[in-house]
Amino acid sequence: MMALIEANLPALQVVLPLIAAPICAILGRGGRSWAFACIVILATFAISVALFAQTYAGTIISYRMGGWEIPLGIEYRVDRLNAFVLLIISGSATLVLPYARRIVAAEIPAERQPLFYTAFLLCIAGLLGITITGDAFNIFVFLEISSLATYALVASGSWVNKRALTAAYNYLIMGTVGATFFVIGVGMLYMITGTLNLADLAVRIADHGDSSTLRMGFVFILIGIGLKLAMFPLHLWLPNAYAYAPSAVTAFLAATATKAAVYVMLRFMFTVFGFDYEFQADTLRMVVLPLAVIAMFAASIVAIFQDNLKRMLAYSSIAQIGYILLGLTFLTETGLTASIVHLFNHAVTKAALFMVAGCFILSAGTCSISKLGGIGRDMPWTTAAFVAGGFSLIGLPLTVGFISKWYLVLAALELGWWPVALMIMASSLLAVIYVWRVVEVAYLQPAPEGTVRKEAPLSMLIPTWIFVGLSIWFGVNAMLTSTAAGRAASALFDSSHILWKE
Amino acid sequence: MNNADLILLAIAIPALTPFLLAATGKWPNLRDTVSVIASIATFAAVLPLLLAVIDGARPAISLVEVMPGLVIGFEIEPLGMLFATVASGLWIPTALYSIGYMRGAHEKKQTRFAICFAIAIASAIGIAFSGNLFTLFIFYEVLTISTYPLVAHKETPEAKRGARTYLAILMTTSILFLLVALIWTWNIAGTTEFRAGGILDGRLDPAFAPFLLALFAFGIGKAALMPFHRWLPAAMVAPTPVSALLHAVAVVKAGVFTMLKVGTYIFGIGFLGKTGASDWLVWLAAASILIASIVALTKDDLKARLAYSTVSQLSYITLGMALAVQMGVIGGAMHIATHAMGKIALFMCAGAIYVAAHKTKISQLDGLGRKMPVTFACFTIAALSIIGLPPFAGAWSKWYLMVAAADANQLIIIGVLMVSSLLNVAYLLPIPARAFFLKPKDDETHGDAASSRIEETPLLCLLPICFAALGCIVLFFTIGGLYEYLLSIPIRPESLP
Repeated sequence: MMALIEANLPALQVVLPLIAAPICAILGRGGRSWAFACIVILATFAISVALFAQTYAGTIISYRMGGWEIPLGIEYRVDRLNAFVLLIISGSATLVLPYARRIVAAEIPAERQPLFYTAFLLCIAGLLGITITGDAFNIFVFLEISSLATYALVASGSWVNKRALTAAYNYLIMGTVGATFFVIGVGMLYMITGTLNLADLAVRIADHGDSSTLRMGFVFILIGIGLKLAMFPLHLWLPNAYAYAPSAVTAFLAATATKAAVYVMLRFMFTVFGFDYEFQADTLRMVVLPLAVIAMFAASIVAIFQDNLKRMLAYSSIAQIGYILLGLTFLTETGLTASIVHLFNHAVTKAALFMVAGCFILSAGTCSISKLGGIGRDMPWTTAAFVAGGFSLIGLPLTVGFISKWYLVLAALELGWWPVALMIMASSLLAVIYVWRVVEVAYLQPAPEGTVRKEAPLSMLIPTWIFVGLSIWFGVNAMLTSTAAGRAASALFDSSHILWKE
Repeated sequence: MNNADLILLAIAIPALTPFLLAATGKWPNLRDTVSVIASIATFAAVLPLLLAVIDGARPAISLVEVMPGLVIGFEIEPLGMLFATVASGLWIPTALYSIGYMRGAHEKKQTRFAICFAIAIASAIGIAFSGNLFTLFIFYEVLTISTYPLVAHKETPEAKRGARTYLAILMTTSILFLLVALIWTWNIAGTTEFRAGGILDGRLDPAFAPFLLALFAFGIGKAALMPFHRWLPAAMVAPTPVSALLHAVAVVKAGVFTMLKVGTYIFGIGFLGKTGASDWLVWLAAASILIASIVALTKDDLKARLAYSTVSQLSYITLGMALAVQMGVIGGAMHIATHAMGKIALFMCAGAIYVAAHKTKISQLDGLGRKMPVTFACFTIAALSIIGLPPFAGAWSKWYLMVAAADANQLIIIGVLMVSSLLNVAYLLPIPARAFFLKPKDDETHGDAASSRIEETPLLCLLPICFAALGCIVLFFTIGGLYEYLLSIPIRPESLP
């Protein structure tokens, strides 16, 4: 039995939450569906841990779906890079679910809650599927599963604010356009190579060499994924979706959804197309790099002027995605390490911060910054969590944000890109402004009259502080994350160089 | 207990005191006792280390490897030991003084104040003991963050504005320049360790050396080198004990200490002298000395005048490093101690005047000397020390800095130092002169009844002031020992066995 499970771990990783989702829907109202979802997610997380442990030393797990030969059948392929991302996704879900109980009860009517948890499980299954599969079309399928679930999750914020509906609709349109672009791009690659398996694609593309079809395919995929990961200027769906979605959903999405999309980007660029693909290198440096830098500044500046805390954090996310993309465009091992390590670092930081916003909403009934005066006294633990998370956003030492900045600036300096290094630092100063605006209000402004605010319940505080703890722990002792990211980066780097060399 | 444990203890005591302070916050007397005991205990942990370092020991300990090759670790050398001794030693009188001041001035939120104060001291000692630039940077940032609530303490719009300027300048410089300099150093040297003779010689293209030095010099915003000095006057909205210990000793000295440390242990004095990388900094520091002194002349607010005086005096130390001769490092290091002693006394006097008479402007001080004779006598002593007249401590550090300027053949700099002393006379001495020799103004708004109630400050404020003023004199006569000690700062790389 154990051997059977162990042999099928990669399939179970996705299938378990996928099958559990409809069961969750029929369990009925109350805590039952939530408890069931919790158990499923815990099991999913255990599988991720097992996969991470198995691949940490460098083994690559290749799993044949239904026993079909590769490249005919679908391959699930786990290496260091996606094992790391799987861990981020299922780990975030494990922490968000306990947190969700109270805030979901406050934001969504009881009879709808089973459906909410169903959508949540589907979303997780989709994200895990995107990450684990080694098949280009399969990525599209899971992308759609996770996206459709996400639209529903965002729309479920409408019980609090009707604007969630338009936000979800916006996201639906943009997300569908993105998915369509992606699948068109995949179709073009299939035209050239006749395969959909990523590893196989990589070999055949390298053999095939450059062509205008390949270029078109690359551009379609870039834009398609760019929409999903909110690459500036394709980010317009994100601020409203994050601001009006239920708080637990926002925390989960911020930690995972864009991260899975970034993973797909990494995979396509550095496994499928390869470092040595000149058109890609040019596009990254001429187009994506400036866009990433603009995102770092423009989104941060917009964040400074937001009154809604969740919207502010959403804009900050767009800026942070700019850092991740910037790391890619360096096309060096250090740059890739910076991007991959920031995937994790930003996930824990942003999850913690959005959870704080949720705590504010539950206790104070608002997350509008101007109404949070003096909240540092009423909710000391929640506000302290915000401060710690904010430090990490800024990139102060002893937080994970610092580790990311370190690698990113190091990568820029290694290339001798002075102005870029200074711009990275300048944009983190903008983070100082938007974080400190909240800190100042929370601690130095008197509370609005007649407010009664209690500290958030433990079921919410503990997950929040676990994220905060992670963001401090891996800021003080970053050996695990930086080594894991470094190894994943060097694996990507080496493999694609071998292919194009001839 | 071995020395490595003592290092941790010296940082841990002030770092953990906040928990005790928070627990005893409801009982002010108990809380303040905890503060004082913590300050004494910290000094007690630092003192044996000082003796060990004098004997030639170089205690070291590393805590955790953050990223491959980057370690949080401590290693004590003479320069850091001096700074730690000054910071922890002066914490004791300041802790006593704070009690008198905070209660006398009826400040609110005294527990938060005491907590942040202790953290600030812990980070200052952390900076002093840092074994590498990376560790130093961490504590440098902790110091910035922990002093922010102290500056914003009064929570008035003015305090908030001051605190914002404070944070903005210190954060901007440290993230934009210092961190980049740190990563650049790591990139070319493969280490950020402090080593005798520096780590950059032979690794850094001399053509880039002035640029890296500029990133450091401006990045270390706490050294208040012009044009990044605005945070220091802005920080004067803080309660006076903060201005006294933090913005005359711990924070600003952390800045110039880092400057000296970078000069001696990252670049290496030899490398600086050989490449001329610091020539431009000599002139900038000189300009900073003179301009800040002139600005000080124009300030009527007592604390603002003292703040600009600090800006000017800090540049002495930067200058000492930039001259790139051994005597410059010694003079600069000595100035850390002598200026600390003098400036803390001056600020404590300013605070005492505020507590006793509620006066903050120099023009209001007429005739106050007769009511507060001890305070103003101490003020005069400290002022003379800052000016650099014997028999007060400040005379020696200025002397060695002049020797350094002569060693470096910078005769103009000797002139600058002399003019600066004259400017010091012009902005410092009128203060006690007004207080002692001018008659109180007749148009006193509060009337005679109010002014006749002014008495000498509470004893808890007065004793630390006398102690600091006495220190200025004692230090003058014991300077020989300090000089001998500072000679042990390694200038040249250790010869390899």
